[in-house]
Amino acid sequence: MTPHADTPTTGGTGAPPTVTLAIWRGDAGGGAFRDYTVRAIEGEVVLDVVHRIQAELAGDLAVRWNCKAGKCGSCSAEVNGKPRLMCMTRMSTLDTTAPITISPMRAFPVMRDLVTDVSYNFAVARRIPPFAPGPPTGDGTYRMAQFDVDRAQEFHKCIECFLCQNVCHVIRDHEENKPRYAGPRFFVRVASLEMHPLDTLDRRQLLRTELGLGLCNITKCCTEVCPEHIHITDNAIIPLKERVVDAAYDPVAWLGRKILRRARPTPAAEAAASSPAQQHNEVIVTDPPAVSGD
Amino acid sequence: MTAVGQTTRAPEPVPLRIGGVRAGPGRTVVLRRDRWWMQPAATAAGLLAFVAYSTWAAFRNGNYYAGGVGRDYLSPFYSPCLTHNCHGYVWGPITGSWWEVSPALLILIFPLGFRLTCYYYRKAYYRSFWLAPPTCGIADAGSTNPGGPRARYTGETRFPLVLQNLHRYFFYVAVLFAGILTWDAIAAFRFADGVGVAVGTLVLTVNAVLIWAYTLGCHACRHLCGGNQRALSQAPVRRWFWRNVSGRLNPHHQLFAWLSLFWIGFTDFYIWLVATGTVHDPRIF
Ligand code: SF4
Ligand code: SF4
Ligand code: FES
Ligand code: FES
Repeated sequence: MTPHADTPTTGGTGAPPTVTLAIWRGDAGGGAFRDYTVRAIEGEVVLDVVHRIQAELAGDLAVRWNCKAGKCGSCSAEVNGKPRLMCMTRMSTLDTTAPITISPMRAFPVMRDLVTDVSYNFAVARRIPPFAPGPPTGDGTYRMAQFDVDRAQEFHKCIECFLCQNVCHVIRDHEENKPRYAGPRFFVRVASLEMHPLDTLDRRQLLRTELGLGLCNITKCCTEVCPEHIHITDNAIIPLKERVVDAAYDPVAWLGRKILRRARPTPAAEAAASSPAQQHNEVIVTDPPAVSGD
Repeated sequence: MTAVGQTTRAPEPVPLRIGGVRAGPGRTVVLRRDRWWMQPAATAAGLLAFVAYSTWAAFRNGNYYAGGVGRDYLSPFYSPCLTHNCHGYVWGPITGSWWEVSPALLILIFPLGFRLTCYYYRKAYYRSFWLAPPTCGIADAGSTNPGGPRARYTGETRFPLVLQNLHRYFFYVAVLFAGILTWDAIAAFRFADGVGVAVGTLVLTVNAVLIWAYTLGCHACRHLCGGNQRALSQAPVRRWFWRNVSGRLNPHHQLFAWLSLFWIGFTDFYIWLVATGTVHDPRIF
């Protein structure tokens, strides 16, 4: 073995340092952790080691990844029980004296090994009425102030890794809530729309009812795991909760609307509040094999 | 419709699967290796310590005003001054000497309600006491007992927790209380020979500052200051408020929640020490 800057030696005794990962192997029929020991190389991330295991010891290990740069959101898993991106978790931050457990995201159905079926998230995405700008200004353009753009900028950093969805106890521990809950990633999405200076829809009632914002008890696990460091709870969920209070719970706001007659939903808002959500609600309760017509 | 309108039409429904056998080891298997219970345990200990102290302070019903030793200090647990026990304070008492129940029991309802419905404290006690969830990646207590009383999780959608949505009303009252505590801090500069500063004056001033920092960093305040606006650039005054509340105070809301909680207890304790004559409150100038 040629000595290399990246390869730590064990003081010349010969045996190269090793590391053991306990990777969950299995499918819908069941599974278990299996230990794999490979050599340790300095500067690696968990995904590197998983790849080496795949190359040297377990050619049939299923693992999803794309960018190895923390940008595609594919390599989500649980490292020692903590939801992480495998490609952004340095081996040097982990205790290697015991096997490091690598398991798939526990909130979603398993496909095989570390690969889960995250379609739940795509079903939710379809229930959110998309961006609906008003008419453009006289010269046919749209203009936004930088300040308003900056405010929602953080929400656009989401890489859809679904780690926040996975850690959210509302569905992780209570799967029966899935049909009536959007989850943190989609509260971020709705916040980006509701705070968009050009958007015209009002999604507050939808948030309260079908998107299940009230199920979130703001315990902030989503914020803790987000690899993009989006302040999901403080900047998206809580501001949305306050907006829902305006629309549904605040008696004074309600009285004010009655008196001032400010509650004039735009036709677009009405459409949003009824049609797409209902339409997609059918989708979410169906449970067909994952084969679609397109 | 504009070009934008065409690209944002409602998407077609596609069948998607949300059920199925969930991945990995059993949901309740604990794989975390760190001392994950530390944080909820520490939070619980801190909150319980405060509850214990404030119970003692609230039932003490005496020695909350240091008028007897020539200091115009009123304990925040007993402010505003309601009964004859703080006779001599710049304002109050409001009732006569017939009132016997500890006024703290009446007063504390408001700050208690404010803190109980605060978004930060909600997180703290949902995790530490309700164990929903105790910490991230650890199964919530209701789910570990299928068929048990808490097997179904409804979050803040049902009575009584749906009332958390009224937090903003406690905020309005809290602003009033912050004003009263500010007044108490100002009164603490009053001495028999005019204006002065003693250690107690500083204690009460810090108390008022921390209470404001906590109160104005409230998420309901942030919302009212402009968070409710879609386009803040259109509302310059609100934007200014929002920037300060949202950018400077709100990010430290948890910190101020703890600091102000600790300090309000300490302020009461200090005033008790001074009022009972245990500590001689040194005059600075
Ligand atoms: S803060 Fe709300 S959305 Fe985020 S993990 Fe907790 S319950 Fe889920
Ligand atoms: S909000 Fe954060 S944790 Fe959630 S999907 Fe987006 S990047 Fe991942
Ligand atoms: S591989 Fe793309 S985020 Fe990890
Ligand atoms: S006081 Fe904490 S959120 Fe209002």
